[in-house]
Amino acid sequence: MVGAAMDRRAAVAAAFRHRGADGLVVTGLGSPTWDAAATEDSALNFYLWGGMGGAACVGLGLALARPDRPVCVLTGDGEMLMGIGSLSTVARKAPKNLSILVLDNGHYGETGMQPSASDTTDLARVAAACGIADSRSIATMTDLEADAGTYFARNGPVFRRILIATGDAPRVLPEKDGVKLKARFKDAIGVRITHA
Amino acid sequence: MAASEGKGRRWHADALAALKRHGVRQVGYVPDAGLSGLIAFCEDDPDIDATVLTTEEEGVALLAGAWLGGDRGCLMMQSSGVGNIPNMLAMRESGGFPLVMIVTMRGEHAEFNPWQEPMGRMTQPLLEAAGLTVTRAAAEDAVGGLLDDAFTHAYGSSAGAAAVLISQELIGAKTW
Repeated sequence: MVGAAMDRRAAVAAAFRHRGADGLVVTGLGSPTWDAAATEDSALNFYLWGGMGGAACVGLGLALARPDRPVCVLTGDGEMLMGIGSLSTVARKAPKNLSILVLDNGHYGETGMQPSASDTTDLARVAAACGIADSRSIATMTDLEADAGTYFARNGPVFRRILIATGDAPRVLPEKDGVKLKARFKDAIGVRITHA
Repeated sequence: MAASEGKGRRWHADALAALKRHGVRQVGYVPDAGLSGLIAFCEDDPDIDATVLTTEEEGVALLAGAWLGGDRGCLMMQSSGVGNIPNMLAMRESGGFPLVMIVTMRGEHAEFNPWQEPMGRMTQPLLEAAGLTVTRAAAEDAVGGLLDDAFTHAYGSSAGAAAVLISQELIGAKTW
């Protein structure tokens, strides 16, 4: 059993404390999306409402396109397990400006709290074995607060498995029109929208 | 020696030229023998960032992220890989992300391996069900023009998606 540690909203607020004005965030579907929206509904958040397993690679493509900006992927253990191969893909490209934060409560929170494989599969050790050298688990708020400065520091790639408690937080649902989310994101980072 | 030296067929060079004409900066691929020359060209090109994927799903996500940051992309795979990506193609549609795919076909022409036939049969209808415009190159000299059409569709006035299938007859059946 993992995830007896932190409140998820407090953890995300602490993790984003050093985001600054230029930090870009991509969220995996479900609770991490609600957590990011509850922390700050920034135009520089791109929320996935689908595409389970894809969050890390959306972050990778963005990080490669914009090496001048820190990119943080915030997702859950179930979503990361579905896209587990993307840790190999990320490690091989090794963008310095990418961090992947997995909120690990050991369960599929949106579907009835079924246990995930993250109690037997340690995602931080998986990420390290895939080649992301700066990978580890964070189990306490004290450690998280001390570590959060690395998440938007462009000195990665960074992988963190953040152990959170299983309790539900109030749902904070952001915009769900993906085209609007894309447009506001691109507008906010200054990509000129001439088409698409 | 560059990886691409001495490799590649005419259509590989034509495809690379199309990628560069349309400003492609990121390429995601799962290797296929039929794509090998084009992959080598992309890996060697200083203006293209090529990413080898563990599964084709990653490539749809990669290029969505690339577009959020302003990069155009191209995704390359064998027809069997198309079976891995429908849920990501749904994500692509929901976010209005442009997408161009180059798909080398198996299971349709003098195919030695019958296990390739089901996905060969499903490739085009599956892509069309996911909202992609699908064209097929039966001859080498068609590839460049079909890619021009695909990029114009994807990155033109709407956030479109298009796949160019490279027929197995064009590639030549795999020899064992």
